[in-house]
Amino acid sequence: MKRGTTIYLYELAWILPSVAIPVGMLVALLVTAFGAHIHLPGMVGRVNPAKLDSTPPFDHPGVVRLAPGRYEVHLVGRTWSFDPNEIHVPAGSEVTFVATSADVVHGLFIPRVHANVMLLPGQIARVTARFDDPGNYLFLCHEYCGILHHTMSGQIVVEEKPNTSTGAN
Amino acid sequence: MATMAARTTEEFRTEYGVARAYLIVALVALFGGVTIGLFQGLEHAGLDLYPHLSPVVQSYYHGLSLHGVLNVLVWTTFFISGFLPFVTVHSLGRPLASARLAWGTFGLMLFGLVLASIPLVGNAATVLFTFYPPMKAHWAFYVGLTLVVVATWLVTLNLVLTYRSWRRDHPGERTPLAAFMSLVTFVMWTIASLGIASDMLFMVIPWSLGLVKGTDALLARVLFWFTGHPIVYFWLLPAYLSWYVFVPKQAGGRLYSDPLARVAFIMFLALSTPLGFHHQFTDPGISEGWKFVHAFITFAVFFPSLMTFFNVVASLESAARARGARGWVTWFFKLPWGDPSVACQVLAMFTFTFGGIGGLINASYNLNLLVHNSAWMAGHLHLTVGTAVTLTYMGVTYWFVPVLWGRALWSRGLALAQAWLWVLGMVIFSHSLHALGLMGMPRRTMISAATYVQPEWKMDLALTGIGGSILFLSALLYFLNIVLTMTASRQPAPAMLGFADAISGPDEAPAFLDRWPIWLTVSAALILIAYGPPLFHLLTTTPFDSPGFRVW
Repeated sequence: MKRGTTIYLYELAWILPSVAIPVGMLVALLVTAFGAHIHLPGMVGRVNPAKLDSTPPFDHPGVVRLAPGRYEVHLVGRTWSFDPNEIHVPAGSEVTFVATSADVVHGLFIPRVHANVMLLPGQIARVTARFDDPGNYLFLCHEYCGILHHTMSGQIVVEEKPNTSTGAN
Repeated sequence: MATMAARTTEEFRTEYGVARAYLIVALVALFGGVTIGLFQGLEHAGLDLYPHLSPVVQSYYHGLSLHGVLNVLVWTTFFISGFLPFVTVHSLGRPLASARLAWGTFGLMLFGLVLASIPLVGNAATVLFTFYPPMKAHWAFYVGLTLVVVATWLVTLNLVLTYRSWRRDHPGERTPLAAFMSLVTFVMWTIASLGIASDMLFMVIPWSLGLVKGTDALLARVLFWFTGHPIVYFWLLPAYLSWYVFVPKQAGGRLYSDPLARVAFIMFLALSTPLGFHHQFTDPGISEGWKFVHAFITFAVFFPSLMTFFNVVASLESAARARGARGWVTWFFKLPWGDPSVACQVLAMFTFTFGGIGGLINASYNLNLLVHNSAWMAGHLHLTVGTAVTLTYMGVTYWFVPVLWGRALWSRGLALAQAWLWVLGMVIFSHSLHALGLMGMPRRTMISAATYVQPEWKMDLALTGIGGSILFLSALLYFLNIVLTMTASRQPAPAMLGFADAISGPDEAPAFLDRWPIWLTVSAALILIAYGPPLFHLLTTTPFDSPGFRVW
């Protein structure tokens, strides 16, 4: 009997923290997701991968200025390049990437700002990142997409604002 | 267990033969897989030997596909299909329900493997082991892999029939722990593999044969990961089984708690499958809410692993104390480190601690954005399936091969050196891949030819090559020892290992843990909750408009 009780106590002493640790971590996740607004990609919509050339916004890939300091990039991944593969925005910009794939599965990874999304043919992906410091930000395809996968990359050139007092315009 | 001593090789002749057959295929696959692994490590270090491997291996990605399929699909599946039925018949003390089914299953699995291998080896299936459509391999690759999955279902069938005939003779008894764990593993896998099977049968195979024009990338990924996460539990649970029912005995002690072990396995049965979206946190087309549900269940399945950690470590401690150890921590050094089977498996457990912590980071919803598809993932997978699973299986073969071939292990010293070299190599290899991932390096990429290699990656890339080379050296020692054990060892055969007794035994396990209908219902209900609505939405809205591409 005594032996059984000891085992039970040891088990309990382990089980309670084993529940508490994952629960604590989940709470932390909830706080970062809904308090600090660090979101994951979600539902945006579908697009026919064979008709990207005639479907806005992918018929004109490129950078669009929505408002001062806010940009939208319409990006198409296809074996083995991004269109566009060089993007210029001023420092301090918030950039939303609206992206998809024209053929196989690709990825869009911008390591410096932790933007990370899959580009699936048929699905529109949407991800937003802030570029505060001037410099070059590498972006690359991080899903195997064929024999030249390792050449599929581009860069975001974040330019110093010419004049901080009027640059907002 | 008293009856076990009377069991002879003769009574389990089929089981011995079948296990030998599976093991040979598994070992050949592992040898091929780790050999290509060496070239991948060297390639990252800047030494690209692939031009010299042509025409056998035609590109880095051809090699990468071979490496993945051989190591994580073939080595694991064949090892498990040989090992668990062997354990079950000893645990139940009766042969498999059908010897013909057992050999037929092996034949089917081998046929599937050969069929899949033809395009794989011929560079017609350079799609990696995840084969995401609309990248399109030769149809034989998909049909072959599907037949391998079907064969695993037949293993389940034989185990279930064997269990039922045992149950008829032993009403009301607790199922012996090892047989219980083997059954849970195969039943869990059979449920989980329905995802990949429907992906293959209804989408990928008709499309690869040209019967339908289009496929869908997202739906294929959802069905792939329905199976793709539980498959890691299919690899891991046989290792857990060994840690629970053999290692405590091998180390000279007892299993701490039999009921707690059963509870952990039942939780794996119910929780392993409804969580696949945590591999798709960065996929568009799945809502954040469903991703969070799957993150939640992923954290829940962490719990039975923590219980396993406690139970196994407490068992090891009991063994060390039985060997005269004292102290709160220092007992660890009193374990029988000279026994290579124990050393391999305890080192595998130790490494798995870090693999588990990394896994939690990956599962952590938005934290996944830092690491998804980066080299970190390759580092993680090599700690888990590459070490926790593989080094445990290697440790098992250090007694399993001698038992099956009736010859003693050829060299203990070589085996011990192999175990420690594997861990040394893996610490270097895996640490550098984790670091490279955090520095933004993608996984599954021919880095030596990449257009964007950063100066700060250089040091860790070199270490990847060094770690990989040490791992390959360890593997060479392993195969040398195993082959010599099979062919040249002259020492007499060791007896089949006994199962560990438990401090808190099976009689203290509640009877409801043996009630399969309850647990199957719970498993199905959880899958319906976690996958039902999002899958229904996908199935009713997907236009299947992606044609196939051969991009290598």
